[in-house]
Amino acid sequence: MTRGQPGPPEDAAGTREGGEAGGAGAGRAAPETFTVLLPSYADFAAWRAAARKLLAAAIPPEAVEWRTPEDPPGLFTGPPPPDAVGPPLAVPRDFVEMAELAVRHADRERFALLHSLLWDARARPGLLRTPTEPRMARLGAMARAVRRDAHKMHAFLRFREIDTAEGPRSVAWFEPEHHIVEAEAGFFVRRFAILRWSILTPRRCAHWDGAALAFTLGARRADAPAEDAAEDLWRTYFASIFNPARLKPDAMRAEMPKKYWRNLPEAEVIPELMKGAEGRVRAMLGQQPKAPGRRQKPGAK
Amino acid sequence: MDLRAKLALLADAAKYDASCASSGTEKRDSRAGGLGSTEGMGICHAYAPDGRCISLLKVLLTNACVFDCAYCINRATSNVPRARFTVAELVKLTLAFYRRNYIEGLFLSSGIIRSPDYTIEQLIRVARTLREEHGFLGYIHLKTIPEAAPELLAEAGRWADRLSINVELPQVASLKRLAPEKDLPAIGGAMQQLSSRIAEAREAKRTARRAAPPRFAPAGQSTQMIVGADDSDDRSILGKGAELYEKYGLRRVYYSGYSPIPEASSLLPPAPPPLLREHRLYQADWLLRFYGFGTEEILSGGEGGMLDLEIDPKLAWALKHRAVFPVDINAAPRELLLRVPGLGARNVDRILAARQEGRVRLADLARLRVPLRKVAPFLLAPDHRAAPGLLDSPRLRAMLTAPAGLGAQARPRQLSLFP
Repeated sequence: MTRGQPGPPEDAAGTREGGEAGGAGAGRAAPETFTVLLPSYADFAAWRAAARKLLAAAIPPEAVEWRTPEDPPGLFTGPPPPDAVGPPLAVPRDFVEMAELAVRHADRERFALLHSLLWDARARPGLLRTPTEPRMARLGAMARAVRRDAHKMHAFLRFREIDTAEGPRSVAWFEPEHHIVEAEAGFFVRRFAILRWSILTPRRCAHWDGAALAFTLGARRADAPAEDAAEDLWRTYFASIFNPARLKPDAMRAEMPKKYWRNLPEAEVIPELMKGAEGRVRAMLGQQPKAPGRRQKPGAK
Repeated sequence: MDLRAKLALLADAAKYDASCASSGTEKRDSRAGGLGSTEGMGICHAYAPDGRCISLLKVLLTNACVFDCAYCINRATSNVPRARFTVAELVKLTLAFYRRNYIEGLFLSSGIIRSPDYTIEQLIRVARTLREEHGFLGYIHLKTIPEAAPELLAEAGRWADRLSINVELPQVASLKRLAPEKDLPAIGGAMQQLSSRIAEAREAKRTARRAAPPRFAPAGQSTQMIVGADDSDDRSILGKGAELYEKYGLRRVYYSGYSPIPEASSLLPPAPPPLLREHRLYQADWLLRFYGFGTEEILSGGEGGMLDLEIDPKLAWALKHRAVFPVDINAAPRELLLRVPGLGARNVDRILAARQEGRVRLADLARLRVPLRKVAPFLLAPDHRAAPGLLDSPRLRAMLTAPAGLGAQARPRQLSLFP
């Protein structure tokens, strides 16, 4: 990757000396750019194996273009990097955890950012423990965004039950921001192992048949069922648990942004709840205290 | 009454209880059978337009009640219609909602009917049916009735993740006036019972060799205090909270601003809920639990036993203890960094990590999304020294509270219901 190199120039500059000669390049003309084609958009193990190879061959970040099958085809495809074996690179555990999350981010520079951090960490191991360093801060932000996306998927995904020839099936339509379906399918297996379910998303679908997970390519919203018999009760609950005297729509939207609403059955009653709140509160504040009602007898229903 | 009408009534009746937590319990998952999972972190499945998290199906078994608490919509002398779920209805509703991923589980409470023992037996039946007949592994929070027999409390803890008993009012005199049937010593006794059973179960689990020992409320116990229904000041509310944390190891104390209800009692004229005061109490509670502050220290930021409503309690404390500052970001110990207004615990830990690798500058804090305008007067960094005299300036407070551009909108104010 020659353009869009993450990190400010002064950091990139420091990386040159180590990689310039390109240990593998001795004796043959090193190509300007290698292309690493990863098997999938969020394959951490494949990224790690490729990064190890690149470091062992001393290929600098600016000489690598990362690509996944989901990316649009590039204008130019370089050769794959040469095989090389180097000593294992010890990195902090926190960094590995962040990297695992960051490879699921939709940002196309995610692999190059991680590579550039590892590259510079050879000379400056403390880099990977410095959350204030600009690229580390960016990595942290990417990991947080992925974690939040996953959390919102656990929270806002809604199943609808349909009857099929093999019995009932729970089907959900969800639109994650990042490449998290494979990673988060396990959450739904642990929770709903007893059900048979499908999670449909624009890029990938996950299916559980009661025993095994399977993934298929993306689907459309119209492929999911349009309604469920329990949603009416759920909307009733949502409306009744709302306290009109505490109306705080901004707090609601901060945690449940509007982009999720079109897939949340309860969201359709939000406008009327907000509209009616003021009148309900006025009525409560204006009420004349009533004489106490008849006291209930113990045991009354 | 049909199921939908009951649900509307019995959810409405439950909404004045602030708790909706589903976190902090043991890990469970359904791959070996059953339905549901708990993974430690709570999940908010929706947010109502009041900004509050909806994590659990929070309902009353019945809103019929023999108690006559003035602040409560369900009190014996209120004119609201009454209803009662059957055990089967509640179980079916919980499972239907859970299977569709609407909720983490059930928070079941109830008006007191017939007797405390009878009432808690009904709650236990719902929890036991969910667990035993349906293999339900989701979260269950049961409201506990202090006067119930010890063996019933023990059984409740077997099925529930969390138990709670609401103190509601921090002073005996207020309880006498507004909730005459409530008995503060009995509440303390029941909390003590729960506390020792929770500790025993935890210890048994820690030392267990083979078979899993009987469980008891692995997510602990919590309580709630109503704010603004009586004349209790913040000192008595926070003091009571601190006492409960210490004596009974409560996981959470919830503060619930007294909210107007239909069918209000003549003892308690309806008023808009004190949302900002409630917010400040939560902030103070946080300082108490995670920032090493004592109750009196927090209160010293305000006046006359009340917190400062205009600014958050940490800033209020700092402005009254300016001699502590400026704090050197590269030299101060963790406890002192935690006292800097605008620095949260997580960012303090990031600063400590970054310090291992080199000097930390104010510009680094910007990358951690620390509010620079707020922290700057209190910090010393290689690239930053506050203007001379600023820390001692009587204008500092006004400068920190003045609106500045867009950021000002994010600052909480006394919320007026009808601007």
